[in-house]
Amino acid sequence: MNARTTPDVIQSALSQAAAHHLSNAHLDALEEETIFILREVAAAFDRPALLFSGGKDSLVMLKCAEKAFGTKASGGGIPYPLLMIDTGHNFPEVTDFRDFRAKELGAELIVRSVEDSMARGTVRLAHPGESRNVHQSVTLLEAIEEFRFDALIGGARRDEEKARAKERIFSHRDSFGQWQPKAQRPELWTLFNTRLQPGEHFRVFPISNWTELDVWQYIDREQIALPSIYYTHKRKVVDRRGMLMPVTELTPPRDGETVETRDVRFRTVGDITCTAPVESTAATAADIVIETLAADVSERGATRMDDKTSDASMEKRKKDGYF
Amino acid sequence: MTTTNSIAASAYPSIASGTNDHISALKFITCGSVDDGKSTLIGRLLVDSKAVLQDHLAGVQRQGETDLALLTDGLSAEREQGITIDVAYRYFATEERKFIIGDAPGHEQYTRNMVTAASSADAAVVLVDATKLDWKNPQLELLSQTRRHSLLAHLLRVHSLVFAVNKLDAVEDPALAWTHIQGALTTFAQAAGIAVRAMVPVSALKGWNVVDAHPGWSGYDGPTLLQVLEALPNTPTDTDLPLALPVQWVEKSSSSSADTSQGRRVFWGRVAAGQVAPGTPVQVFPSGQLAAVAQVLDHARRPGGVGAGQSAGIILDREVDVSRGDWILAAPTAAAPAEDDFDTPASVPAWPASRELRTTVAWMDDEPLVAGRVYWALHGHRWVKAKVKAVVHKLNINTLAEEAATQLDPNAIGHVDLLLQEALPATAFSQARVLGSMILVDTASHKTAAAVLVN
Repeated sequence: MNARTTPDVIQSALSQAAAHHLSNAHLDALEEETIFILREVAAAFDRPALLFSGGKDSLVMLKCAEKAFGTKASGGGIPYPLLMIDTGHNFPEVTDFRDFRAKELGAELIVRSVEDSMARGTVRLAHPGESRNVHQSVTLLEAIEEFRFDALIGGARRDEEKARAKERIFSHRDSFGQWQPKAQRPELWTLFNTRLQPGEHFRVFPISNWTELDVWQYIDREQIALPSIYYTHKRKVVDRRGMLMPVTELTPPRDGETVETRDVRFRTVGDITCTAPVESTAATAADIVIETLAADVSERGATRMDDKTSDASMEKRKKDGYF
Repeated sequence: MTTTNSIAASAYPSIASGTNDHISALKFITCGSVDDGKSTLIGRLLVDSKAVLQDHLAGVQRQGETDLALLTDGLSAEREQGITIDVAYRYFATEERKFIIGDAPGHEQYTRNMVTAASSADAAVVLVDATKLDWKNPQLELLSQTRRHSLLAHLLRVHSLVFAVNKLDAVEDPALAWTHIQGALTTFAQAAGIAVRAMVPVSALKGWNVVDAHPGWSGYDGPTLLQVLEALPNTPTDTDLPLALPVQWVEKSSSSSADTSQGRRVFWGRVAAGQVAPGTPVQVFPSGQLAAVAQVLDHARRPGGVGAGQSAGIILDREVDVSRGDWILAAPTAAAPAEDDFDTPASVPAWPASRELRTTVAWMDDEPLVAGRVYWALHGHRWVKAKVKAVVHKLNINTLAEEAATQLDPNAIGHVDLLLQEALPATAFSQARVLGSMILVDTASHKTAAAVLVN
């Protein structure tokens, strides 16, 4: 349903791909903005951290951070730790890659897990198989308190979701981690008001203005390595209401469902229980650029079970402290 | 299923080489008053340029009809009230260009959000609702919101202004209405000194002249709104001015090995005005120390020259004390000696500094602005205290005429004299955007209270 790879669609995508908006000038402008914001966070806050899941958006941010601050080998390095909120329901290919990249960069990686919050009793699940995605907020706020972080950099993009489309690049959060959409600080030019009261923090989104297509073009241009599951692989899946659900220990097939092996890739990677792959034979970032141009369903629409519950679900979660 | 691999492999190299790098994404805002159809217009642009994905389109069905406005009004309070509260940013692309839309609210009480959106826009599309005007009258009055939004965009130096006259399909004589409204807009723009790039009659609801041309209904046969947007220029950067770079981040040491400057600190920041290259003589503000640029790194850490709008890493030819918030400015030029004038200074700073500023303030806080209050001001990367010396005038938002005032109420705009704690190289906004802009922040609530344009 996602990759409409009929010849005419591909032809149309290719003619778009050949046009202006795929030029490097546009990627240069996005990169410039991202680097500017990453440096601003480093300079304006005492204890920032960069949320790093090992997913494609955070890997793009990491690449920009390397450019902004240099690498350990060049005498520089990213001046803040990486933070991962682990739901315990991650794809091993992604967490392995996360650890590998952090080590490669010589960066400090802090992992805090939803399982620990459950053990503390601060997270209660309605039922054992429930998606833990939404509960990350609790663990995240606990980590913010523990390390007294004053700014958290995240890889969210405004094209992902309607509530995100409204959010500022420097998004103020109160002492409960809440986003207040009606009381956002005006964001004028690039004069970012980073002033905080004790207990408050900022969420900062350096790739706000990137689209899914921009991310893949940049991955291709910069030859950024990704976890293998972003590219085509054979996987056991079931077709559930038009979405392909991966068959794993956490997500067994339901009665009456047929398990098939298909060529798939993940457009987005998150909690296993709510992340669906799409059918694809794309083996490189360049292939995915073409597929993205031809896609007729959004990244979240194609892959996220948990966003479908209500139009305002993301807004509500963000008000509760979600990223 | 067809595999994309072979096609992509043969086609992509030519894309990556980027033969059309001269044009970048266009950031534009849409403005107009409530119910003028801004959200519908954006929905129409997105849908007709096939930028809306199926799942998003499925989410905007209301009683069997597609409500395009729901594509952008994403907050639950907006859906409840059917209005736009805050700026939504939307992305779409045509074969010609990429676009970022800032969908700014029309309500007067959300002027601050419009100013937010306009501050980073290349262009403004001001929507005019034909059904709200006395279109049979050749001397018709424009709505105050039309004047207000045009003047605000002009004040904020939005580079291109486009009028889209909407709902012309709903009047009985579209051609006459278009002629009269176009005339009124032209008269207004000339009187206000506003350059207008284009005027296009549209029906956002029916999709006429938005993406696809619909000839023969209004007597207009020019480009569609989308064609106009595709051809608009980006905002030019202030490249032709003397160098000014606000220091954002100091990198402790550089081991860029091939250079004699090994071990020197790198001063990173986005060039606000002018250009910088090795050899450029500079003066550090506020210390006044002089130096020359030994090396310039671009955002990919490659050595070279960098112009306004891009970040640069500067290594100076000698050890100089520079911190975040300082400025690296073009070195002063020697002043021409005047005869019999022994007071002529030896040199003239490229960017003179001052503690007292006459400014235009867009007031955004819920509390009014009164003389005597002290705020934080952010200029470049430097925070200083700023005292409101006097509220000089309030601007009539519909005409920009100056009216006597002692305070500025929320969403008002006026002239204000500020006294700064220390001198800053602040320059007229009309001359240099970055040097001419500041924000004021409330010292107690930490809210962003004002956008400040230096006069």
